[in-house]
Amino acid sequence: MDILSLFIVVPALTVLVLIFTKNLKQARMVALAGSLVQLGMAINLLFSYIKEREINEAIMVFTKDVVWFKNFNIHYNIGVDGISVALLLLTAIVVLAGVFISWKMEDLPKEFFISLIVLSIGVYGFFISIDLFTMFVFFEIAVIPMYLLIGIWGTGPREFSAMKLTLMLMGASAVLLVGILGIYFNSNADGGALTFNILEIAKVNIPVEAQRLFFPITFIGFAVIGALFPFHTWSPDGHASAPTAVSMLHAGVLMKLGGYGVFRVAIFLLPEGALHWSWFFIILSAFGVIYGAFAAIKQTDLKYINAYSSVSHLGLVLFALLMLNKTAWNGAILQSLSHGFMTALFFALIGMIYGRTHTRDVTKLGGLLKVIPFISAVYVIAGLASLGLPGFSGFVAEMNIFVGAFEKDDIFYRIATVIAVSAIVVTAVYILRVVGIMLMGPVKNEAYLNIERVRWYEKLGILLLLLPIIAIGVAPLWLSEMILKSLDPFLKGVL
Amino acid sequence: MNFSSFLLMRQEIALLAIILLLVIAEIFIPKHKKVSIIHLVIFLFGIHTIVGFFEIDESNLFGGMFRTNHLIHFFKNVLNIGVLILLLQSADWIKEKIVNQNKGSEFFILLFSSLLGIYFMISAGDFLMFYLGLELSTLPVAALAAYETMKRISSESGIKLILSSAFASGITLFGISILYATTGSIYFSEIAHMLTSANLTLLGVVLLFAGISFKISLVPFHFWTADVYEGAPISIASYLSVISKGAAVFILMILLFTVLQSLAHFWENIIYVIAIATMFIGNLFALRQQNMKRFLAFSSIAQAGFILLGLIGGSQLGTATVVYFVLIYIFSNLAAFGVVQAISLQTGKENIKDYEGLYRTNPKLSLVLMLALFSLAGIPPVAGFFGKFFLFTAAASKGFYFLVFLAVVNVTISLYYYLLVVRAMFLRKGDNPIPFFRNKIYMRIGLVITVLGILLLGIYSPLYDYIYELSSAFN
Repeated sequence: MDILSLFIVVPALTVLVLIFTKNLKQARMVALAGSLVQLGMAINLLFSYIKEREINEAIMVFTKDVVWFKNFNIHYNIGVDGISVALLLLTAIVVLAGVFISWKMEDLPKEFFISLIVLSIGVYGFFISIDLFTMFVFFEIAVIPMYLLIGIWGTGPREFSAMKLTLMLMGASAVLLVGILGIYFNSNADGGALTFNILEIAKVNIPVEAQRLFFPITFIGFAVIGALFPFHTWSPDGHASAPTAVSMLHAGVLMKLGGYGVFRVAIFLLPEGALHWSWFFIILSAFGVIYGAFAAIKQTDLKYINAYSSVSHLGLVLFALLMLNKTAWNGAILQSLSHGFMTALFFALIGMIYGRTHTRDVTKLGGLLKVIPFISAVYVIAGLASLGLPGFSGFVAEMNIFVGAFEKDDIFYRIATVIAVSAIVVTAVYILRVVGIMLMGPVKNEAYLNIERVRWYEKLGILLLLLPIIAIGVAPLWLSEMILKSLDPFLKGVL
Repeated sequence: MNFSSFLLMRQEIALLAIILLLVIAEIFIPKHKKVSIIHLVIFLFGIHTIVGFFEIDESNLFGGMFRTNHLIHFFKNVLNIGVLILLLQSADWIKEKIVNQNKGSEFFILLFSSLLGIYFMISAGDFLMFYLGLELSTLPVAALAAYETMKRISSESGIKLILSSAFASGITLFGISILYATTGSIYFSEIAHMLTSANLTLLGVVLLFAGISFKISLVPFHFWTADVYEGAPISIASYLSVISKGAAVFILMILLFTVLQSLAHFWENIIYVIAIATMFIGNLFALRQQNMKRFLAFSSIAQAGFILLGLIGGSQLGTATVVYFVLIYIFSNLAAFGVVQAISLQTGKENIKDYEGLYRTNPKLSLVLMLALFSLAGIPPVAGFFGKFFLFTAAASKGFYFLVFLAVVNVTISLYYYLLVVRAMFLRKGDNPIPFFRNKIYMRIGLVITVLGILLLGIYSPLYDYIYELSSAFN
């Protein structure tokens, strides 16, 4: 078994074992064991990748290629570059933290962990696919468990939110299918065979008209899950209704599929289309950045605040990708990682606060720093990371994005960048406001004085997510070097 | 007729033998042992299905009236598997509701006669054989639809089916006679060369197409579908939506790709429009259905619309994707109907609302139904996804991107109503959930086969490659 296929096989085995578990204790132990192994594999992959990169110059390493449907030239074709290695590590960490956070999942525990792990199979598979068809299959596998996860274990208007989220994401993936077929049937433009292989297609000169036709379709197909304005509306409702671990996984990992797909498929394979259309989507994403930030100010529900903040932060990812230069791309990937850890941490903390106080309404909370100091202190740290304080991952990412964006000396790009940058100020407003109202001041409700302290499994979950945020913030170079090296092939088409 | 031609018609003769054997068995089995006829039928048909997988030569009989090749033979096997699953799933119902009224063997005789008609229809080499097969496949089903004679709704369903299908075959016959008038032949191979795009010919094509559309229940010839499905016994609704529809799609495909190939530019337009109408109307009407049978009826109309996307793709790719999709569709739809059948037999409940909380009482059944619905909706990694993806690929290969776009919009709509059922089973707790029950052995085998099909047919790629190879037969 090769090192990458394990990322499919191990979770699949975990699911198989989970089917035979009888109660919560067994289910969570199996899920924990499975996700620990995954994290071990991801760390191992990181080091083997760095070692392999020194001797291997190929775009993708650790590749494996098995013919699947030979008449369509569909392959099970996998491989990784620096970007996917980083995202795999993110996924493994968030999944493990998610298992810790769901330690007390009383209702249908077996089914919950199965859905969670199936979702992670989809995400892993998506990040390691080189074949468009396989990628698409994994994309949908990652989306559909969300329906059950939100619908069964969610809160509030869970049925509505689950349906809305699923339909919008599956609708987007349906549109994406048209884009993928369009790319497929143009992949023989240079006289070769039709292929779904991303690396092969990248070498083909797809006709410019086809690129211009299929770029927006492919872009939107992916960007919906990356919360592109105005297709972001599934995200706040979905996050608000989802159970904690699902919000974490969804905002932390699943939404990254959007940015990754846009980059790996739309921009990489259709560079002419990207050049032609980037202005339009830059307007949308820059607006999304500022819109998400302002919307977050108006919210009082903690989950809505964080969901809109995700819209804003991920808008920045798309914005940076569309700048079509290396610095901004590097920033976009870093932002994906940083946001993944940060937002998962936020949702975990919100889940803990909600579990104790039974409200997510900021105005009803107060003085939490006194009663649950650990959770509150971490909330402050996460908040500071989110608004881009140096020393945390958010700063490194946003710095790269804005420097990259400013490399374009066109008045249009300048204005767009200034608009996007100004969102940082707004971010500071809603983060500090929440910290002020919720954490500082006197304890508003007597009942809060007796709430439970943080448990060991919650602490572990928090630390797992907090460490990478600080690690990226303090020592970003090793990571951004790994990413930068992988960006060169993408650059070829857009110069 | 020598021995080798007997071998060519092996499937038909074997089925005929089963029918005759049943007639004899009916006479000799004493009244209180009539239940054993179910075991006998399943045993015989099981053997028939297995024997069917032995290779058959490609040749013509009766001067080209009857022909067979590997693809046709394969498709007959597919239908056999479908009917076998159907028999397994309805064994308990037949035992309780039919054999007790002492009309068990007639049920099987009628069912197998219809299947025999389908065999002849898809093996037809000329319009005479085609029409005979078409009639033989339809008439017994009308009797079967009205089989629960104590229920008014069942008789109504039988009447509706016989009237509309008689009308449809009348139209088909009119179309055939016009084609005969313009070309002077009823043989497929001869007509193919003599077609012109004269207006009269086109009229014949349209009428022929309309007649077959009734059987596939394409819009605007779909009105009978929901009513008949609702009234007919579930096994028969299932037979109509799976076996009969699959066979009609297959014969339509043969006619379009071989006989009418030279008019492709003409019928492509028809299919384009009808595909859009069928998908949208099937899906939009399915949204509000409360009864599972009506729900599956509209869902199967919408599925027929998707199949047309493969037909419009034409040639070998189109043939292969359509046959592949029909195969997967048979398994998925039979799984769905099987669960509905099981629940209806135990509790008599058939509405979506009755399914609320099903997962907490009957987890296995609801998982089967969920897999079936996901397969119908086209969600990976279950088989339906691959079927649909390839159909869309076939259409896109001819550059029909806009049609594919409309189809994917419809996939999203269809996902909504499939999820409604999933919602009822999994998300809701329900005030009065269906209590836990165990299925009998035949039903369990039937469901397990369908689930295995749903899980494996898509991922196991050699199957598609095999079908693709066979599909060169008509090109």
